[in-house]
Amino acid sequence: MIEIESLSRKWKNFALDELSLKVESGEYFVILGPTGAGKTLLLELIAGFHVPDSGRVLVDGKEVTNLPPEKHNLAFVYQNYSLFPHMSVKKNIEFGMRMKKIRDPKRVLDTARDLKITHLLDRNPLTLSGGEQQRVALARALVTDPKILLLDEPLSALDPRTQENARELLSFLHKKNKLTVLHITHDQTEARIMADRIAVIMDGKLMQVGTPEEIFEKPVEGQVASFVGFENVLKGRVVSADQGFLRIKTGEVVIDASGDMEAGDQVYAFLRPENIALSKTSTQSSIRNSLQGRVTEIWVLGALVRVKVDCGVPLNVLITRQSAEEMEISPGIQVYAQFKASSVHVLR
Amino acid sequence: MTFVFSLILLVLFIFIFLTLSNMIFGQLLGDFSGLVKAAGNRSVMGAIFLSLYAGFLATLLALLLGAPTGYILARFDFPGKRLVESIIDVPVVVPHTVAGIALLTVFGSRGLIGGPLEAYIQFRDALPGIVVAMLFVSLPYLANSAREGFKSVDPRLENAARSLGAPLWKAFFFVTLPLSARHLLIGAVMTWARAISEFGAVVIIAYYPMIGPTLIYDRFLSYGLSASRPIAVLLILVTLSIFLVIRVISAGWSIYDRD
Repeated sequence: MIEIESLSRKWKNFALDELSLKVESGEYFVILGPTGAGKTLLLELIAGFHVPDSGRVLVDGKEVTNLPPEKHNLAFVYQNYSLFPHMSVKKNIEFGMRMKKIRDPKRVLDTARDLKITHLLDRNPLTLSGGEQQRVALARALVTDPKILLLDEPLSALDPRTQENARELLSFLHKKNKLTVLHITHDQTEARIMADRIAVIMDGKLMQVGTPEEIFEKPVEGQVASFVGFENVLKGRVVSADQGFLRIKTGEVVIDASGDMEAGDQVYAFLRPENIALSKTSTQSSIRNSLQGRVTEIWVLGALVRVKVDCGVPLNVLITRQSAEEMEISPGIQVYAQFKASSVHVLR
Repeated sequence: MTFVFSLILLVLFIFIFLTLSNMIFGQLLGDFSGLVKAAGNRSVMGAIFLSLYAGFLATLLALLLGAPTGYILARFDFPGKRLVESIIDVPVVVPHTVAGIALLTVFGSRGLIGGPLEAYIQFRDALPGIVVAMLFVSLPYLANSAREGFKSVDPRLENAARSLGAPLWKAFFFVTLPLSARHLLIGAVMTWARAISEFGAVVIIAYYPMIGPTLIYDRFLSYGLSASRPIAVLLILVTLSIFLVIRVISAGWSIYDRD
């Protein structure tokens, strides 16, 4: 278990601000945030590479705030894996055992077998692929049997195919070794797939902690909502509220949504681009919102097309390329942007 | 532009090569017996050996002082860091006779350090004086090379070592030091080369016992060029041979560099 209590640290022009967090034993906990949010600094503070200006770090109930890194009993894997280039793979894996005076050559082989790197033991780390380096770094970190594993953007240097294998490997190791994993990433998909719980950090501040569903479906802050994919942010005012059913005036239009606000409240309505459909006619259906507008820009993104529609308020819409072709979407044409009231996430 | 730069490179090469080769080949072809005679002279070989030995001691001391200094400058930011870096570079820009006078005021028999230590160690006209003079003028080469070497080692490698259970000193000796060894070796060779070639500072604090450059100067003043040139050629040949050996040995060390 890792407990962080009111942790603050200034670093050049950046500051982590009064951050508190608790990671339960055996949990796969992901810290999610954009680049420059302070994720790596937080991880390095937990590992003891820096001393905080204030606050405490506890590992399994024991305070380690001012202890040197080697006394924290945490395994740490950096984004670039930081393998020692002057040692063979085997010597890299043995390094932690040498430092902790563990004499058990079988353990190196067992760990190498678990991570499928026995054929790499005599190689120099500089000659390995990204995926192989990651396996070696994990073997080096896990060979001394730590209970807590800290991962700094472990998948970001890998190609998509290798990322998939690495995700499976991390899940396997988490379960097999009953590890508590603290994994930091800027990748929302990675966080959603891997995490038991997620903490969102932005500008050195903890914004929200929750399950992946809570973070991605019910963000509590506008900044978090924007970061987790609610690209359309509409500022407005609740004109009527009836048992959770809201009518919100934003720009020149009124949209339907749900929430526990009251009439007169100033609110922000968040909407994912993939939750908006485009149609050439305003069809009768259960969809509450159908806004007429004009296509202003389109971008083809492989199988998907991003369309910008001016409905009195600007909306970003994501549709398939096939739909765009069938509807002959092009700048200037009139369309209806349609979305359910339940797709609108409303925050004060 | 490449052509012009290549021409400039050629001029530079000819300038260095012509100056040294003219002296060396002039001696080898014109007066080989004079070289053999110098090589058989005890005082000449003693002076050359003393140059090499004192230079070696100065380099050892420079490693002991310069490597930790380089590490601190590479890894930490602190108020006045730029001033410290500038002060470390001062011996390079101070005229070496001035350095000799300054050293004499500190290490002379009435100096700040030489005075209290006089009963235990003699600097004036003694080996320790030669070593401190050599150390003073050559230390910046080692400190700067060590700093660049330690800077080239990713601090995350040290962090990784520490998370694996290594205390700071073990992370330094098992990870940082091997990875910056080539920089340290280059710095040590440069330091030694600078120490061996030092004359101005040494001659003021310790004219005796004579090192190679002092003996060359002494013979030149007393007997002229023909008496001093064989010693100069001998000193060059001995030091060049040693540097060549070190260069060959250290060539393979490049695999330890980060990139």
